[in-house]
Amino acid sequence: MSVFNLEALLALLGLFVLLLEAFVPSVSSKALAGICMTGVAGVLVLLVTVAGGQEALPAFVGAYHQLDSLAMFYKAFALVITFFVLWLTLEASPYLNKFSLDGKLGEMFSLPLFVCVGMMWMASAKDLVTVFVSLELVTVSFYVLVAYTRKSALALEAGVKYLILGALSTGVLVFGVAWVYGATGSLSFEGITNAVQGGEGNKTALLFGVSFLLAGLGFKVAAVPFQMWVPDVYQGASTPTTVFLSVGSKAAGFVVLTRVIEALTVSGSMVREEVITVLSIAGAVTVVVGSLPALFQTNVKRLLAYSSISHAGFLLLALAARDSVRVDLSPGGTVAFYLATYLPMTVLGFAALIQMRLNGRGEELDDFKGLAQKSPSLALLVTLAFASLAGLPLTAGFFGKMWVILGLVDQQLWFALACAVIGAAAGFYYYFRVILAMFTPEESTEPFRMGVLARAVCMVLGLTIAVLGVYPKPLQTLLAKVPVAGTSASGH
Amino acid sequence: MSSLEIIIFIPFLAALAIWMGAPARLTAVVASTVNLLWVLVLAVRFPAFKSATDLAFVNKHMVLDNPAIAFAVGADGVSMIMALLTVLVTFAAVWQIVDKPSMYHIASLLISGGALGAFLCTDLFFIYAFHEVALIPTFLMIGIHGRAEKDQRLAVAWKTTIYLGAGSLVLLAGLVWAVIEFSGGGKLTFDLVALRAQAATSPLPATAQAPLFFLLLVGFGTLVSLFPFHSWAAPAYATAPTPVAMLHSGVLKKFGLYGLFRIALPLLPAGAQVPWVQQSLLIMLLGNILVVGLVTLHQKRLDDMLANSSVMHMGYLFLGLAAGTEIAVKGSILLMFAHGISIALLFAICGRMRNQLGTLEMAKLGGIGSHAPFLTVVFAFGAFASIGLPGLANFAGEVMIFMGAFANGNSSSTFIPAQGLTSLHWTVILALWGVVISAVYMLRGYRAIFQGTPQTGLFMSDPGSGQWLPLVLLAAVLLAVGCFPSLLLDLIQAPLAPVATP
Repeated sequence: MSVFNLEALLALLGLFVLLLEAFVPSVSSKALAGICMTGVAGVLVLLVTVAGGQEALPAFVGAYHQLDSLAMFYKAFALVITFFVLWLTLEASPYLNKFSLDGKLGEMFSLPLFVCVGMMWMASAKDLVTVFVSLELVTVSFYVLVAYTRKSALALEAGVKYLILGALSTGVLVFGVAWVYGATGSLSFEGITNAVQGGEGNKTALLFGVSFLLAGLGFKVAAVPFQMWVPDVYQGASTPTTVFLSVGSKAAGFVVLTRVIEALTVSGSMVREEVITVLSIAGAVTVVVGSLPALFQTNVKRLLAYSSISHAGFLLLALAARDSVRVDLSPGGTVAFYLATYLPMTVLGFAALIQMRLNGRGEELDDFKGLAQKSPSLALLVTLAFASLAGLPLTAGFFGKMWVILGLVDQQLWFALACAVIGAAAGFYYYFRVILAMFTPEESTEPFRMGVLARAVCMVLGLTIAVLGVYPKPLQTLLAKVPVAGTSASGH
Repeated sequence: MSSLEIIIFIPFLAALAIWMGAPARLTAVVASTVNLLWVLVLAVRFPAFKSATDLAFVNKHMVLDNPAIAFAVGADGVSMIMALLTVLVTFAAVWQIVDKPSMYHIASLLISGGALGAFLCTDLFFIYAFHEVALIPTFLMIGIHGRAEKDQRLAVAWKTTIYLGAGSLVLLAGLVWAVIEFSGGGKLTFDLVALRAQAATSPLPATAQAPLFFLLLVGFGTLVSLFPFHSWAAPAYATAPTPVAMLHSGVLKKFGLYGLFRIALPLLPAGAQVPWVQQSLLIMLLGNILVVGLVTLHQKRLDDMLANSSVMHMGYLFLGLAAGTEIAVKGSILLMFAHGISIALLFAICGRMRNQLGTLEMAKLGGIGSHAPFLTVVFAFGAFASIGLPGLANFAGEVMIFMGAFANGNSSSTFIPAQGLTSLHWTVILALWGVVISAVYMLRGYRAIFQGTPQTGLFMSDPGSGQWLPLVLLAAVLLAVGCFPSLLLDLIQAPLAPVATP
């Protein structure tokens, strides 16, 4: 079976679950989640087992679908994060139920599958049309997901904001795509690469188009100045959806950005300098602007939203350091590595928020007080997750940050380096506030309960963070095959 | 598996065991005793095991191939001395924790393990990583168990966190830069031995060394409270719980200097001597000695005074770095050890006094010597050591630094007056006044607290039930090293670095 069929399989599963939910009202959340999670895990297994079958693509698909190692990585990434989102939705269902219209969470299990299909398709996109179509599949599903817990006013607000800004950014993106097509005469990344390398076409028109293209993608990955929607939407959406936005949607944006930037900054490209400048400035500003408001947040969910912006900045900086770093990772590989470390720590952080809600606590900083007394194991795991988010050594998050800093020093992007240092230092403050709160003793004696499954999954996530923090070699080896920017195009 | 790896992991395992429910005090004391004895044995056997590269007990596990990162351990004389300092102070700090939540033990062990890891690893990545690991419990302990009103101690904890966080990120940028510069043409490597070999065979031009050295100086310097990046240190030590104050001021803070001597100086020997770098370092260290010294003179409380004096004495250590001659550098390393022991001793006594007396205002205290003669004597050891009284360890270090810095002849320790006075000489002349300043505040404090007529309502007893042991141990070490500095100096016979010739 070709890898290419996996998306179709997953989409069919999504449709099946959608119909099942509509026509069999008695089906429980647990059953739905079970079906979806089994399906996603099954597809992941298939993906891993058929990973070698790149050449099996039929010609008509191969024209717009590629299966390089980057694509395979992001497909697996999409499946993993979808699996965790489904699990989180199941975990959160006891309290999320109350906020949906019919008291059930039916579509919250099928929609993530469609998002996943979109992300997987996007990972393989070879041209901007495929990118656009799959991006829309992702975004439209998210419109529904964000506003699904409709009885909560915050979720409604989030839904409206996400819809309006998402639609706007789509418009901007299409406008950019049209201009890029006009300037280069091509919609495929390969064609664009050849055009910018050959210096054909009008540079001004191309830059104009590229700026809109980057703005549109900037919305998706929450880069400054297109990050305004993030705090409200992240806070308002149900926590599983927030995780999905924060990890899945970001990864989807970055796989496209990786492809676009690699095409535009290929060696000899006429817009290389401009694109790198824009990326490094946008990344630097995003890190700082994302970090500084986080200093004043008392709501942990909102704090994580700002943290997500700051991480997007680091990812942009990873892309900005082109052709640098005599490590085995290309800029695109660095981004993938960073995202792979970002996944467990973000999921673990938000999973803790869900456990707080299940125990009748809120998402404020004060609610975390005394957690170390009541649930030492969860407190330890959350400490690990937040230390990793802050980029402390011996946790997974450190390596991502270190590759970025290594790249910036190597490329002598001093302004960006200074901003990265400021942002990371600010991170010490706001992540440690949560850790400090957890270890602050509290009088209350209410017990803190956690299910066995939740405990086990959190433990696995924590272990992943710790192991990647001291032994990142397997992940790096996996990503090292990603072709270095510039050679990927000339190899065709 | 090298002994060093076991030494590094013992504290972490003990901390884990306590977290899982093992008896806190017993586990911590046993772990720190085992470590103390083990490091002592290793230090004695060290000369016999030294290899051609001056490293002993080497072991290596690759973590990444490119850039090459390995969990590599190895000890040379300097790291052996620092490890000795760590286990001595850890033993004393852990021993004196009584009737406290188990978090005190866990935090002390984590700081100790992090410091040992930082001192005994030979891979830049793990050197950096272990130091960061040791910082986390420091912040948490100041913020949660600090000895001030809640708002105040939180403010102190945040100030420390942000200063040290920013400092270590600057440091990370500097280290990464060094890795890129000194990896040669091929793969990047974080292996300090390889980087030093590369720096020795093909050094950078001095003008290129200067900015990198300065970046490392700022990064490491912030961790050691180098003026003007020092303002976090005094409140942090005054607020921190006793074991944390002992471990951080005594041991962990020395990591910054250790890094400068082991990483920055060997890689960039000429960078330290480039005029603009040296001049700014001299100004900064005079800030430590004179400005902070004068600030210390005006402290009204014992803990504030000790905390500030600890910041002030860092200036002498930087003087050894600025001079860069062999004698001065060795003196700095000796003084790092001596200062660590003496300040830990003083903070231990200070913590005990705070518990018993409830106040540390020197104006309100007096005559404690008549209740607690033992404490009075031990405190005198610490206080006189930190003034630099001959016969105690600090004196030997300070004298070596001053002599090493006051040299301009061909040999690194001769002074030829006819060649005139350089800015280094003027700095030494000014820095010597620091000795006077510390004598003034230490003796004044000593008199105010221990002598005179006892104040009514204040009573202080001598430590009983074995609590005297750590104090006696530290005081004995001060005396032993003070009388026989060669005990330690023999460990660092090999030249530390391509030493500067003035």
